[in-house]
Amino acid sequence: MIKQKKIVGITSILLAVIISLWFLQRLLMPKYMGQVVEGALIAEYYQETTNHDVIFIGDCEVYENFSPITLWEKYGITSYIRGSAQQLIWQSYYLLEETLQYEKPDIVVFNVLAMQYNEPQKEAYNRMTLDGMKWSLSKVKSIQESMLEEESFIEYFFPLLRYHSRWSELTVEDWNYLWKKDIISHNGYYMRVDVKASVGAPPAKKLANYEFGSRAYYYLDQIRILCEQNQIALVLVKAPSIYPHWYKEWDMQIETYAEKYGLLYLNFLEMFEETGIDLSVDTYDGGLHLNLFGAEKLSEYFGKILVEEYGVFDHRGEEIYDTIWEEKVSFYKKKKEEKLAELTENK
Amino acid sequence: MEELLAILEELHPEVDFRTCCTLVEDKIIDSFDIVSLISEIHSEFDVAIPAEEIIPENFNSAAALYRLIQRLEEED
Amino acid sequence: MLFTSYEFLGFLFLLFLLYYIIPKRYQWICLLCASYLFYAFSGIKYLGYIVSTTCSTYLVCYKMEKIGEEQKNYIRLNKERLTREEKKSYKIYMKKKQWNWLLFGLIFNFSILAVCKYVNFSISNINNVLQLIKSNSRLPFLSIALPLGISYYTFQMMGYAIDIYRGKYPAERNLGKLALFASFFPQLMQGPISRFDDLSKTMFSAHSFDRKRIFFGLQRILWGFFKKLVIADRILPAVTTITHNPENYQGVYVFIGMLFYALELYADFTGGIDMVIGIGEVLGVQVKENFNRPYFSKSIKEYWNRWHISLGAWFTEYIFYPVSVCQPMLKLSKFSRNHFGEAIGKRIPVYLATILVWLITGIWHGAAWNFVVWGLMNCLVLLISQELQPCYRWFHRKFHLEGKWGFRLFQVVRTVLLMSSIRMFDCYRDVSTTFRMFFSMLTKYNFMELLNGGMLKLGISAIDYGILFIGMIILIGVSFIGRSGSVREKIAKKPIIVQFLIWYGLFLAVLLFGAYGEGYDASQFIYNQF
Repeated sequence: MIKQKKIVGITSILLAVIISLWFLQRLLMPKYMGQVVEGALIAEYYQETTNHDVIFIGDCEVYENFSPITLWEKYGITSYIRGSAQQLIWQSYYLLEETLQYEKPDIVVFNVLAMQYNEPQKEAYNRMTLDGMKWSLSKVKSIQESMLEEESFIEYFFPLLRYHSRWSELTVEDWNYLWKKDIISHNGYYMRVDVKASVGAPPAKKLANYEFGSRAYYYLDQIRILCEQNQIALVLVKAPSIYPHWYKEWDMQIETYAEKYGLLYLNFLEMFEETGIDLSVDTYDGGLHLNLFGAEKLSEYFGKILVEEYGVFDHRGEEIYDTIWEEKVSFYKKKKEEKLAELTENK
Repeated sequence: MEELLAILEELHPEVDFRTCCTLVEDKIIDSFDIVSLISEIHSEFDVAIPAEEIIPENFNSAAALYRLIQRLEEED
Repeated sequence: MLFTSYEFLGFLFLLFLLYYIIPKRYQWICLLCASYLFYAFSGIKYLGYIVSTTCSTYLVCYKMEKIGEEQKNYIRLNKERLTREEKKSYKIYMKKKQWNWLLFGLIFNFSILAVCKYVNFSISNINNVLQLIKSNSRLPFLSIALPLGISYYTFQMMGYAIDIYRGKYPAERNLGKLALFASFFPQLMQGPISRFDDLSKTMFSAHSFDRKRIFFGLQRILWGFFKKLVIADRILPAVTTITHNPENYQGVYVFIGMLFYALELYADFTGGIDMVIGIGEVLGVQVKENFNRPYFSKSIKEYWNRWHISLGAWFTEYIFYPVSVCQPMLKLSKFSRNHFGEAIGKRIPVYLATILVWLITGIWHGAAWNFVVWGLMNCLVLLISQELQPCYRWFHRKFHLEGKWGFRLFQVVRTVLLMSSIRMFDCYRDVSTTFRMFFSMLTKYNFMELLNGGMLKLGISAIDYGILFIGMIILIGVSFIGRSGSVREKIAKKPIIVQFLIWYGLFLAVLLFGAYGEGYDASQFIYNQF
């Protein structure tokens, strides 16, 4: 009897500790639902129920410039963007590795801007990319590759240790989204409808060395090999963002690489005419990222290539896809209208 | 013994050294007092108390201290 | 490996686990391995230092003991034959032999310490002199890194050697055990400086898994974390801002900095020692207390009996007493009595020994003039208050102040302020700045600046102040409760749910309010640097 009581006591204490810590962790972790939403992108993938023909991986140059909804509407291509802010190349690799645990796409599109970084850059961006991932070996490896010197693995395992002092910055947002978060992306695409015309990029700084780092190349190889092993076509792209500067020397290296391995490499910076993108109206921040109008144009052009070059199948009319994508399309349209209305209101 | 008590009483007139046997433990005499004591004892009895004999057991009471002095005198 | 790092927590966890899994007779070996592993983390190249100190001390003590045994045997065998005089001279001869060994040990080990710690200080002083005499030559500085805990283990081992010389207890025959005594990892970084007869009682014996003791140990560790992470590291930015920018922060800021530093140092140092003692408790090794609510002291003398107790005890036992009662000193005292009068003769041993002790204490804290002056200031205050003792007594009696609550509070506050102002020497970069700042505190009246948002420009926010305030109340409260016996014992008598709430609350306080992780620089314990 006494022993039983003891066991009940210890169990309830343990439960109280675990539940309260878990609750605190949920409360204190950033929700990425207000001003900064980029941190919420990675986790949304796990709500997908159907497969995708195309998976995009990369940094903001994928999630702000390609619209999967347009690809569906125009060509019946199902796609998803697994991108996040300043996503480093190894983070893209491990995300791809993880994605392949769930599904096997026909095509993987990688935006090559991330080749510029050979080392982890900023803790906040690491967090936005890594915290959203479900636990897997890929996540562990990605964390190990990404940690800056002052970071600790255990702070990823128990994010409470990382965010412990956020209690002083808690807002209504943290309570509202404690249990359920809004969907903020459209298959990984982050929609912006405002316009800020480009006035040209600042002059490019001279670099001491234009050669991409060995680590960047290593992971580019890894991405290519992973795709080969899974019979996936790899497409390299450079989004039409005029800043950060995409150096001629960098472009050459990618071109050489693509040629060597027979990959398609599309540098959209050289295709403004073909895509019809006009940086006086199609960007929301002066040419760094496209807005919705730009992304739709780019997607329409890119989708055509996917169909023509790779014969991606048109899924429209297939029952399982139709119902799901119809919902996605109407959500997209609703958001678009809301945002446009908001914009005119603010004017 | 009377000489020793006289030295002690000069140091701390308010303490009854005949009965107290926790001089060190209760911090009635501190390290300064101990050194003064040893120097007084040296000039009165001509006995040098070496550092290794400075342990609470030897300084806790006047009687203990007196025994120490006698022992050192004998050894001399 | 910082005590407050995740690595150290992992290290502790694994050690605790292993310690109670392995057969009990190997527990001390496990501790020895852990200690050397811990030491190796700070740099494998430093292992040589601690190994040579351990081995040399072992050798010296072994030799001294052998000589002691030889003497005993000789006297026993020749009891009848020897005259009293012969016996005496033989004893003196043997003691001299032992003394030579001890001297060798002391010189060898203190030389290592001196070279590591003080060579560059000496060089910089020589260079200053060279500059003064307008010579163009300068000595280059040596790049010697300070081996972890060298001040602590050297003192500890030399205390042990002196004890063996004095015949206090037999020398340790097991080199491994002596090595553990020297390197016991919790106290390697910030003490306490333990004595062998204290530590060896529990260090090498078998310890079974005693739940109460282990819980108590963990509680003590947690309490240390609270002091270090919630209080000391949170106030640190303000102290740094004030003391590193003496041009911008004068007057009342100096006063604030002084008080903040008093709080920081207390929380930092006692918190660290709490962790040391707590870790010891979990391992079943009883480490002696190093503090006894020092800020409740009513005089500087009392303060030094309650703050860093083990260091004070070491200096008293191994320097103050031997110096003040050695033959030449007694002769000097007698000589002065005869020539300059009773009053002076009596004071000579105490004065000289005190000055020497504080000079060394100062230098022990750091190789810089700040610390020398700091030590001498302490010495000055101590000696003055010693001289004024009769005055005080008369004053107290005359005004019936003895034992009154208000007066005791006054004494406590006075002692804290006095200690804090002396301590300014270890905050500011040099002696002249310290004096300048001290006087600016008395002459510059900028109190209003403080109220007009000045407090918030020191690098800590209003929220930090809130936490510090509550933390301080908890500290003072716990100190008060602790006056009448162990706080943990008192808590342990409460219902289980209350116990849980107290300890879990403390854990959450450390977890949420601790200044650690992203955005905070992990800071060393202040006393690690000594």
